[in-house]
Amino acid sequence: MKNPFEHLDKVLEHSVRLQIMSVLVANDAYDFNSLKDILGLTDGSIASHIKALEKEKYISISKSFIDKKPNTKYKSTERGRTVFKKHLDALEQLIKQQKK
Amino acid sequence: MKEVKEYEKDIASIRNMMERSVKFISLSGLSGVMAGMYALIGAAVAYFISHYPISPFRMRIYSVNEPGILWKLLVIAIIVLVASISTGLWFSNRKAKKANVKLWTSTSRQLVVNLAIPLVSGGLFILILLYTSHYGIAAPACLLFYGLALIQASSNTYDEVRYLGFTEIILGLTSALLPGYGLLFWTLGFGVMHIIYGTMMHLKYDK
Repeated sequence: MKNPFEHLDKVLEHSVRLQIMSVLVANDAYDFNSLKDILGLTDGSIASHIKALEKEKYISISKSFIDKKPNTKYKSTERGRTVFKKHLDALEQLIKQQKK
Repeated sequence: MKEVKEYEKDIASIRNMMERSVKFISLSGLSGVMAGMYALIGAAVAYFISHYPISPFRMRIYSVNEPGILWKLLVIAIIVLVASISTGLWFSNRKAKKANVKLWTSTSRQLVVNLAIPLVSGGLFILILLYTSHYGIAAPACLLFYGLALIQASSNTYDEVRYLGFTEIILGLTSALLPGYGLLFWTLGFGVMHIIYGTMMHLKYDK
């Protein structure tokens, strides 16, 4: 990797989006409330970041009902996982380079 | 352009999120120690019901053939199981509250499902063994299925749970090779090992 900056993903530069992606890459699926609990953020701010990730097709959303309550689940897409891995590699590379 | 420190923070937060979202960290070591104590007490009572006055280190195969004993042993096992699970829930709930996280998360749900599949199939299998009078391999079967359940569940919690799982499987297989010592191996696996691993986990994670 000659210039790792090129491989950093613009969307994932935001730390909340990066955290959401980390959770969704590590798990098969995660629902909205669990995501809210683990990130410790408000509904509104999570929803906006999720929207951004969905727009880029990094995650997919499936809605269903459990006991008549809406249950929304999120999954990372193939594209999302690839971008995430590239971003992570670029981060590592940057740290290595600048430590020299 | 961000500073190097920021990138390091990004990586640290990725690691933290991945670990916290996959691993159930409210599992308390003390609950393992308590489960071990209950098992020791249960085993002692079982010994006085079935073996006494024969030394626990001497082989005893036909102990459960006497009427009524099987039921008593089964009741003891169920009491130990229920007491262990309730204590485990109580301690884990306390630890979760202290850490300000919820006990019932998608991770702990995953953990329970992973534990339940081998445990329920094993439990039913052991009941069938008892029903068909195959008493000799009931204790090894307990250890084996419990070990498999722990290994299955360990991907969602601390690594020690996996090692405990392997230990239980080894004990279960050894016990199957040495019929007549079921109670002794059961005591080792469910009593002593829980106390050892529970103490290790308590010292490492509960601080």
